[in-house]
Amino acid sequence: MGKLISLEIDGNRVQVPEGTLVVDAAKRAGVNIPVFCYHPKMEPVGMCRMCLVEIGRPQINRETGEFNRNEDGSIAIQFGPKLETACTIPVSEGMVVQGFTNEVARARKDIIEFLLTSHPLDCPICDKGGECPLQNLTMDYGPGKSRFLYDEKKHLGKHVPLGELIYLDQERCIQCGRCVRFQDEVVDDAVIGFEQRGRSLQIVSYSEPGFDSYFSGNTTDICPVGALTTSDFRFGARPWEMKSAASICTHCPVGCNLTLNVRRDHKSGGGFVVKRVLPRQNEWVNEIWICDKGRFAHHYASSDDRLTQPMIRVDGEMKPATWDEALDLVAEKFKEAGSDLQTLVSGRISNEDLFNIGSITRSLGGKTALYSEMAGGDLVSMAGVGQGTNISMLGAGTTILVVASDLEEEAPINWLRVKQAVERGARLILANPRPTKLERYATHVLRYPYGSEAEFVLAMINSLSAKPLDISGSVFDTARVKNLKEAARDFAQADNAIILFGSEGTSLESGQRLAQACTNLLIITDHIGKVNSGLIGVWDRANTQGGWDMGFRPVEDLDSTLRNRQALYIVAADPAGDEPALVETLESTEFLVVQELFLTETAKLADVVLPAQAFIEREGTLTNGERRVQRFYAAVPKVGQTLPDFAIAAQIGSKLAIDLEGKSAARVMKQIA
Amino acid sequence: MIAQKYAAEIETILAKYPSDQKRSAVMPLLYLAQSKEGFVTKQDMAEIGDILGITATDVASIVGFYTLYYDKPGGKFRIQVCNDLPCALRGADEFLDKLCENLGIEIGQTTQDGSVTVEAVMCLAACDKAPMFQVQSRQGLTYYENQTVDSALEIVEDLRNQELTS
Amino acid sequence: MTELILLRHRDIPDLDQLEVYRKHGGFEPFRRAVTGMNPAEVTEIVKESGLRGRGGAGFPTGLKWSFIDPDNWPHYVVANADESEPGTFKDREIMEGNPYQFLEGVAIAAYAIQAREAYIYLRGEFWEIAAEMDQQISNLEEAGLLGDNLFDTDYSLRIYTHLGAGAYICGEETALLESMEGKLGQPRLRPPFPPSYGLYGKPTVVNNVETLTNVPLIIERGADWYRSIGTERSTGPKIFSLSGRVNKPGNYELPLGTTFRELVFEHGGGITDGRQVKAIMAAGASSSLIIANDEALDTPMDYESVPNVGASLGSASIIVIDDSVSIDWVLYKTLHFFSHESCGKCTPCREGTFWMRHIIDRIHEGETSWSDVELLNEVALQIKGKCLCALGEFAIEAVTSGIERFDSDFRARVADTRSEEPTLSS
Ligand SMILES: Cc1cc2nc3c(=O)[nH]c(=O)nc-3n(C[C@H](O)[C@H](O)[C@H](O)COP(=O)(O)O)c2cc1C
Ligand code: SF4
Ligand code: FES
Repeated sequence: MGKLISLEIDGNRVQVPEGTLVVDAAKRAGVNIPVFCYHPKMEPVGMCRMCLVEIGRPQINRETGEFNRNEDGSIAIQFGPKLETACTIPVSEGMVVQGFTNEVARARKDIIEFLLTSHPLDCPICDKGGECPLQNLTMDYGPGKSRFLYDEKKHLGKHVPLGELIYLDQERCIQCGRCVRFQDEVVDDAVIGFEQRGRSLQIVSYSEPGFDSYFSGNTTDICPVGALTTSDFRFGARPWEMKSAASICTHCPVGCNLTLNVRRDHKSGGGFVVKRVLPRQNEWVNEIWICDKGRFAHHYASSDDRLTQPMIRVDGEMKPATWDEALDLVAEKFKEAGSDLQTLVSGRISNEDLFNIGSITRSLGGKTALYSEMAGGDLVSMAGVGQGTNISMLGAGTTILVVASDLEEEAPINWLRVKQAVERGARLILANPRPTKLERYATHVLRYPYGSEAEFVLAMINSLSAKPLDISGSVFDTARVKNLKEAARDFAQADNAIILFGSEGTSLESGQRLAQACTNLLIITDHIGKVNSGLIGVWDRANTQGGWDMGFRPVEDLDSTLRNRQALYIVAADPAGDEPALVETLESTEFLVVQELFLTETAKLADVVLPAQAFIEREGTLTNGERRVQRFYAAVPKVGQTLPDFAIAAQIGSKLAIDLEGKSAARVMKQIA
Repeated sequence: MIAQKYAAEIETILAKYPSDQKRSAVMPLLYLAQSKEGFVTKQDMAEIGDILGITATDVASIVGFYTLYYDKPGGKFRIQVCNDLPCALRGADEFLDKLCENLGIEIGQTTQDGSVTVEAVMCLAACDKAPMFQVQSRQGLTYYENQTVDSALEIVEDLRNQELTS
Repeated sequence: MTELILLRHRDIPDLDQLEVYRKHGGFEPFRRAVTGMNPAEVTEIVKESGLRGRGGAGFPTGLKWSFIDPDNWPHYVVANADESEPGTFKDREIMEGNPYQFLEGVAIAAYAIQAREAYIYLRGEFWEIAAEMDQQISNLEEAGLLGDNLFDTDYSLRIYTHLGAGAYICGEETALLESMEGKLGQPRLRPPFPPSYGLYGKPTVVNNVETLTNVPLIIERGADWYRSIGTERSTGPKIFSLSGRVNKPGNYELPLGTTFRELVFEHGGGITDGRQVKAIMAAGASSSLIIANDEALDTPMDYESVPNVGASLGSASIIVIDDSVSIDWVLYKTLHFFSHESCGKCTPCREGTFWMRHIIDRIHEGETSWSDVELLNEVALQIKGKCLCALGEFAIEAVTSGIERFDSDFRARVADTRSEEPTLSS
């Protein structure tokens, strides 16, 4: 935060950091200056001209270097001949902004009327209706009626697909360029652009395959009119018809904060369904963005193939059963199995689920396993980034090492945040066996052969030691020595140093060594146990870190782990589906319990299938790659007889006289803590 | 396939600009592409994008913004008559109408034989020599000034013959 | 004025040949500057000469050069050869007839701000000129007047041409720079101005072709000589592009301060068909319509005086309109131009020019009533002062002045109109 500038906005004095734009300073003063093209997350362009205000500045007297003063001693303020755009002008000392003079009011009315000359005014059938800046600002500042002849309006495409997911209504577009600038500036994927010029200016995509980008959905959030809509929501519902629930994305270890908009739908027999998923602002995690996976992939949960009641295999046949029948059987078999009970869970489920499942397994002396091929969670718990870490505040003075991960693919929003940190001045060391898009931003690009990621990090460490030993060999040959030295130095000398490590090309064993090497690097460079420094796992699932924290560990040899068990309890994992060879292994077990949303390949082999609830139907907490524990809430009622995983486990427990919380995730949390 | 076809030209063009500012070459490269068939294909746009490290969409918006690039075929020769204010004050509109009449087409249309398209364009910096027009073809642009309908029709004939002989 | 400074080729045959140009002292000034003067001196002389930009804004050239940010390198010179203002055709004649003097001007400007690369942005229609110029540039390189270590100093300079592709807005300096960078030709916010943030974000001087063509002789003959031409505050010669309803349209190089009357009647040979002059546009389509009465005709054409008759000199593109022309038709033409050329970036210009074009079409068809004329005027005022660049402001000059000063033409147009008040949509 540089020095503070004080200025006056509509009579309110405010102090804001140097460089703040008038429009943002006004917000601080409680004055709302209307905008269309301006977006706080993007460079100002001053295109739409909606934010015109009167700006006065004190005049410095050349001789004295003092402000000129009026007779009464007050500082003389000079107003410019023209209105100025509040979105492009940084504050200056003594500035006086007037946002509500007649001239400003007229200007706003004029601009709105201009925008409406080309606008279809179809609010009643528009998806944006009710939450539309153009509609609202027209109510607040617009003219009573347009003097533009209706029959001279341009008639343009109403349903132009820019890609698979995003549709454009050309008549509604007001050419503010937010979407184009978002794709270009924010996510560096300029697959949409302006075509033609003047009044013919249109948003187009000439890319193959069209507007197909990791983050495309965000453009529909920032579009200030109803021009851009998502294929799954357009004409889906009116904003005011929907309730919303706070949730967390379960697709990757970033853990983006979500708002789920739900509404009763005739399609689902009047039941509540999720109509759309929106980002929920959290500057620490996802700012105001989410990736398309998080926005669109939730539909699986509303699928008709969901398991709705327990099933038991009776002479080879899957038969519906009551919870009691199913749970009695499960409890009995688990008890018999005792120490030969093997549990397999994935990071798809919440901490509460993991805790309860872990508890019953252990109290029966059974074994647990984490369905994951990535190691290092224990080290992350130890060397993870300190509490209060906020990548969106990091810039100069920070060095980030990304190793063995294609961030854009595996944790899209982290890709975005690392990119932006670099744009704010952070240094990026990118180490991967193959090129990835993030390389465009890397200070040092280092390539190592598949499998030698750990040696590579060790080489960095070695290059830092006073008397580096000469470990020649693959790593040094490939990752050019000099380059590697400099990278290591950048890392060591940074005030903040963060490592994001993934599992590209690693086995469990080599992954463990990678995590260990990364931890050592952090330790010897003294970047451990500090805010904004430490180790972040780019996990295969949203809550794999939670799995580690709850004592679950991945296993080297899944086959032998699962083979010939007396009882096997598999939750939120589908080994048979992922690895057909394991079918035979699973058949070798005496008694197989599968707790799932769907009848997966694994579930098909089960002796008992227990129907679980999806994240939209229940509450719980997830631990993201930065070890931030985040809570999500139920948005829609449960499907059929399904229960949350933690509750199912608790009921099994109660039948085995193991006392576990099954009422609410919150209570389980209390036990954990 | 401009990359191969014009390898040498592309190199000279790129040499004009700083090596980290390749994007500057997009306009010259579009002229190059247009010299093939008189318009720029989607394929060309994608290729130019690849050469310069920008998206096909970036290239397409350039094509769309500037009037001298075309993404659709037109006549082999585009006769572009200036009928902007200064030329119009010297009879450019009448000239344009008569010319079209004689060629049996409307402004913006192409003659049956596909040889010439007649277009009305904005000021060409030849206001003192109106009526005038420029001819845009794959070879580039040429000015023809102080024209009468007859002199213009002769020029059209020459162009047509040129086209046949070439 | 007897001697031509900018259009010397009219007096000197084959001046477009390098050897001829050099025989007449060509590239001596550049050599003198590079070998004998430090950059600041060069800028100082240009400042003293009082030379002001000929591209329209009339900004003092030396001052502009002195604004170049000395702490940010490299520096660039970009010559603005986009010449697209309707009624302007002076830069073209310079580049066709006297190219080397222009190129020498570019070179001197480059030396003055220590630029080692200079670009010439020509409008796409100047295709043939660009081809010639590439040749001329390589001639200069062969002659050792461009290239590395010029005149055995450590100063090196290369000049490149860059062709636009048909967009009036690219004459606006920041749109021009965007266009050169391979982006849409849409203006940037100003400030920052090119001398601090220009081509590729580097300090850049953008000057008009005619402006730069003045420079060699200023260096050769000195600031005092230059000041002796023109008026006190509008010094030097100016090329007036005369077009429209005059007998002898063309470029006329005259001292700034020459009257409209002298240009139109002495040099331009009077009005065609012996008709009466009715209105004059002094800055091409971007200018307001001047009522061509005696007061106006006797007004000196310089940056200070033209405003007295409610107009500005701009690029000095004098379009003469006689009494056979109805002003609503003039607006019809200019509005079609501006709505076609609006870049579309900012709302008032994009929507306003489009809307005005619709209204003027109705008026021009006579299919309307006076209320449309008033609406046209209101829409123009609605655009005024709100645009991101000057194009939008240019677009309304003729509209507001035309309706105010020649309202009878409009009344005549809509007088016997059949249709009543246009039905308004809400
Ligand atoms: C819409 C618009 C069009 C312009 N067109 C031209 C042009 O064609 N040629 C030119 O030299 N300047 C043009 N200008 C002025 C340039 O922006 C700039 O002021 C000029 O090139 C500076 O050079 P000078 O100082 O030598 O005049 C235009 C300005 C605007 C706003
Ligand atoms: S005034 Fe016109 S030309 Fe200038 S930025 Fe706005 S839209 Fe573009
Ligand atoms: S918000 Fe300021 S110009 Fe658009």
